[in-house]
Amino acid sequence: MMDKMIFGRYIPAESPLHRMDPRSKLILVFAFVCVVFIANNAITYGILVVYTLFMVLSSKVPLHFLFGGLKLVFWLVLFTLILHLFFTKEGEIIFQWGWVTIYEEGLKKGIFISLRFFLLILMTSLLTLTTTPIEITDGIEILLDPLKRIKFPVHELALMMSISLRFIPTLMQETDKIMKAQTARGVEFSGGPVKERIKAIIPLLIPLFIGSFKRAEELAIAMEARGYRGGEGRTRYRQLRWGLVDTLMLLLLVVIAVALFFFRS
Amino acid sequence: MDISLRQVEYRYQANSPFERLAIENVSIDIPSGTYLAIIGHTGSGKSTILQHLNAILKPTKGKVVIGEREVTNAKKQKNLKEIRKRVGIVFQFPEHQLFEETVEKDICFGPMNFGVTEEAAKRRAREAIRQVGLSEEILQKSPFDLSGGQMRRVAIAGVLAMEPDVIVLDEPTAGLDPRGRKEIMEMFYQLHKKRNLSTVLVTHSMEDASLYADQIVIMHRGQVYKKGTPQEIFHSPEGLLELGLDVPEVVRFQQKVEKAFQTKLGKTCLTIEELTGEIEKLFKGGQPL
Repeated sequence: MMDKMIFGRYIPAESPLHRMDPRSKLILVFAFVCVVFIANNAITYGILVVYTLFMVLSSKVPLHFLFGGLKLVFWLVLFTLILHLFFTKEGEIIFQWGWVTIYEEGLKKGIFISLRFFLLILMTSLLTLTTTPIEITDGIEILLDPLKRIKFPVHELALMMSISLRFIPTLMQETDKIMKAQTARGVEFSGGPVKERIKAIIPLLIPLFIGSFKRAEELAIAMEARGYRGGEGRTRYRQLRWGLVDTLMLLLLVVIAVALFFFRS
Repeated sequence: MDISLRQVEYRYQANSPFERLAIENVSIDIPSGTYLAIIGHTGSGKSTILQHLNAILKPTKGKVVIGEREVTNAKKQKNLKEIRKRVGIVFQFPEHQLFEETVEKDICFGPMNFGVTEEAAKRRAREAIRQVGLSEEILQKSPFDLSGGQMRRVAIAGVLAMEPDVIVLDEPTAGLDPRGRKEIMEMFYQLHKKRNLSTVLVTHSMEDASLYADQIVIMHRGQVYKKGTPQEIFHSPEGLLELGLDVPEVVRFQQKVEKAFQTKLGKTCLTIEELTGEIEKLFKGGQPL
């Protein structure tokens, strides 16, 4: 029932993006989030779209799968577009019908902002689609390493993240299972009046919570039983390697950023 | 209510990189009143079949006929609730589905979803809790204060209270102690006979399958490997052993007896009583015939 979700999901494949070091991917996505805001006209957004498409294609994630999974996001983007269309009242009027007036600026801003939003989601999804959760947390832990000096609990944070990421699929499976069990007991999760559907959440959420608490406790015990005592002096099983692709990819983004500065109005 | 599967195929996550064929070309008939056992290794498609029996999964190919209804991949099906009212499923580890404040409310949850009045549901709850071998006092307790075994029974009671015509069991005794196992399997069997239900049991236990089922379906790698009565299935257990499946102890013992005395017993025995009867015939008065 939750087959189509792609957030936080990893798709194994052989691609340059998959081979990249998680550190460089994290830096790349973070930098991209900043770079997106440089764009402010058609040319600059055009460059960004081309760049994002290039990244999507080089990730080798099946396109229909990627866009199918982003269906929900499409609606959100459409919603922002419509908001901008109706509520920005600047520039020349380009369309008028009854009480509906659409201004030039509204259309422009609407398209740009929804495009920005969409590109951001696409790139961040690419990160999780091409990087295993464990790699991401490894990357974050190492990138945040300097913060240890000011007593920031980097290791604990990374551990929390890897545990929650690790349990997303488990939780999904469990949700699916409980949904099926309650469906068999006459609950309708899809279809039926909205009021009924909201009520249907309770028989789903309570078993999920109880299961999670139980699992958390078991996990804590299992970890202690195996001698876990925090990050102090802990060595790494997975070593990260910075390669040529990483440097090239970062350079490409720098080039894009420079180009954006050059072409922005 | 008759159920039949016709050339059913099911793919999980069809049209995605995770697509996986679970079952293929599965045709099974479950006429009203049958006790059917489905056996196979983990991943052989047993649980997938079971979810087709009340339209939780729709076949990606072929069709499932449940009573008068036909479930196919084609269009959006309306009013599946009617099917679910008549086909109750006890999922694996059903205690995970408990959520209400009291046991009584949880048992009433199913029936009330299907339009039974609160009063009638409570009456059914009392009956169901006795059926699963618990006392009525438990009705007012929180399900989360119970032991694992009790929770399992409460969850089963929740399905029984729906009073389905077909009851589908997915390893209902997994993780229980041997006595609890026997009690629960006996309970389902008595219910099956008394209410003239159809029962579908998915299990790893050859013992249970041979003791209770009229029909056995052996699943292997998503396909029906063999189907027939327990006698037919266990008459030539070699194939099962080849698949790495277990054979009931009684059958194995019979094989050993036959081998040791170079003879064939009159029939394939499924219970200890049958087997001792046959062996007695072999040794009249302590002497081999």
